[in-house]
Amino acid sequence: MGFSVEVQNLTKQFGKFTAVDNISFDVKQGEIFGFLGPNGAGKSTTIRMLCGILMPTSGVGRVSGNDIITEQSRIKNNIGYMSQRFSLYSDLTVMENLELFGSIYGLEGNQLKKRIEYALDIAEIGKRKDTIVGTLPGGVKQRLALGASILHNPEILFLDEPTSGVDPIMRRNFWDLIYEFSRQGKTVFVTTHYMDEAEHCDRLALIISGKIISMDSPEALKKTLTNGVYALTVEDFISVFDFVSELPYIEEAAIFGSTIHILCDHKVPLKNKLSDDLRAKGVSKFKIEKITPTLEDVFVSEARKLGI
Amino acid sequence: MKIYRSLVRITVIADKEWIQIRRDTRSLIFALIAPFALILLFGYALTMDVKNVSMAVYDQDRTTTSRQFLEKFSHTDYLHIYDYVSDYSEIDRLIDKEDIKLAVVIPDGFEKRFKSGKKTDIQLLADGSDSTSATVAIGYVKAIIANYNIEVKVNELKRIGISETKVPVETENRIWFNPELLSKNFIIPGLIVIMLSVISALIASLTISREWERGTMETLITTPLRSYELVLGKLIPYIFIGVFGIIIMLLAGFFIFDVPFKGSLIELIILGVLFLIGTTSLGMMISSVTRVQVLSVQLSMVITYMPAFILSDFIFPVANMPLIIQVISYIVPAKYLIIIFRGIILKGISYSLLWTQIVFLAAFALIMITISIKKITLRLPE
Repeated sequence: MGFSVEVQNLTKQFGKFTAVDNISFDVKQGEIFGFLGPNGAGKSTTIRMLCGILMPTSGVGRVSGNDIITEQSRIKNNIGYMSQRFSLYSDLTVMENLELFGSIYGLEGNQLKKRIEYALDIAEIGKRKDTIVGTLPGGVKQRLALGASILHNPEILFLDEPTSGVDPIMRRNFWDLIYEFSRQGKTVFVTTHYMDEAEHCDRLALIISGKIISMDSPEALKKTLTNGVYALTVEDFISVFDFVSELPYIEEAAIFGSTIHILCDHKVPLKNKLSDDLRAKGVSKFKIEKITPTLEDVFVSEARKLGI
Repeated sequence: MKIYRSLVRITVIADKEWIQIRRDTRSLIFALIAPFALILLFGYALTMDVKNVSMAVYDQDRTTTSRQFLEKFSHTDYLHIYDYVSDYSEIDRLIDKEDIKLAVVIPDGFEKRFKSGKKTDIQLLADGSDSTSATVAIGYVKAIIANYNIEVKVNELKRIGISETKVPVETENRIWFNPELLSKNFIIPGLIVIMLSVISALIASLTISREWERGTMETLITTPLRSYELVLGKLIPYIFIGVFGIIIMLLAGFFIFDVPFKGSLIELIILGVLFLIGTTSLGMMISSVTRVQVLSVQLSMVITYMPAFILSDFIFPVANMPLIIQVISYIVPAKYLIIIFRGIILKGISYSLLWTQIVFLAAFALIMITISIKKITLRLPE
């Protein structure tokens, strides 16, 4: 199986600011590859360089075998791109948008008709095909944008935060579609800042401040965690949280709803130690359990390791 | 196959642009109503004919002769007697209030001196703050007095028995193309050109920056669309709007301002299109450099309107300007189209006499279209 995307030492600087800092990775054909990181981590910048619409400062990369610096126009025929900001024509109807982009990609006649039907089907907006796009609700627009990006049946899909601002049910639908594309053999490169959403990916790169801090399947990433993760349930969790964060053997404490997640080294017998300390503080009603780490825990602990 | 694909892409971009213009009331009004409104406004406002100059009369003599003399001033379109005054201070006041531009003062004893055959002086006062109008108005008064003098002399000669009198040299004027010397005939064709350059550059200057501002450019640049396809596709609808503007303005000129049309409409439109290719591409170039609509509009106003108005021989003769400005005027495309439009509209000449202008316009169009294709980078700004 070949690689759809190969990147080595890719860097992008805007003036003195380094948006993408010397990253290298490969994406296999048919894989769902995720970029997980906060806003401003360099996810969009990376996608844009791969789509051939932004010149890298240094480094090399290939998308479907074409060089991202010298063969941009060939890349553009093989990819579908959905930008973070909705960017179809708001003053055209659904149909007019699809016809425009289909024709730009060289589809015509029956073929164009079929692909438009497929896109309408995916976006579930067949009934609203003569509606002016600007008047559609946000979630529907997102689906339309996804439909438009696969009109020409591209090998690789680049989806930049496709589910931002979409409700949970629609997010689930979105991911069903992404799985469907993957089954069809398409490579899907998706960025997100939703930790739960990242679990859907085959492989995941954690990115922060332009650097990839870790990369593997979600399960493997969680296994590499050298820290144990515990959940502390206590009534007065706000004041306890302050106390817990100060304890020397605790690496990280974070409030999750009304519980406190605690990261600490495997070797520390946390349950006993923390129970003693809490009782000494006068807190008597509490519960400590060891839990399976979430991706967020992985993210936090990896980021700490690098001192970010 | 490749060319065919390109043509399809150019067509769909043109089509999309056309739909967008149609749905955007603002640009539609701008494209359709603005040419008409502007030609009306400027056509009425920009007249350089000095007519109906208001004057005051101060007749100190109050005799039959003085009245007969003054009568000459009331039978003309060029002057009109605003008031009869009986004091110099009144003349002062009327000039200060800008009620009059001229005053004629007939001194006491006018009739007496006149009848005794002595040289008779009258006084002419003029408001020189508007020097052009004043000069022209003084000319009118002098012409009326010269006619009066000839009349008087002829009558005198008749009385002493010489019935046939001839003036030794007489000029007979034949003014070509604009026999009544109406300034509107000269102004309207130029005005059409000025309005055309402004409108075409202005609406085109919105088109690329709007794509950037709305984010649609980001989708376009990830498609296989080439810059020349985008530029040509966008050019087509705007050229049609420009041609529509030419026709509207010609109709307004013809029916409202009675400007004659002597040449070939087809030639005029073809050469107009040549000009529009250049100015529309210029607008697009500005648009793709600024990527911001407000800035594009301001820039294209400054770049098209000012030079077209001042350096095109529209009203101000470039020949009277300093050499360096004369040189700069050669790169103002409106200058060439004004010569072409005046030639075709007023003189009915055909393109065969306009080759120099056509070559310059073609060069401008070619250069602008090339630059605008080069300037539309299908990449995100750094």
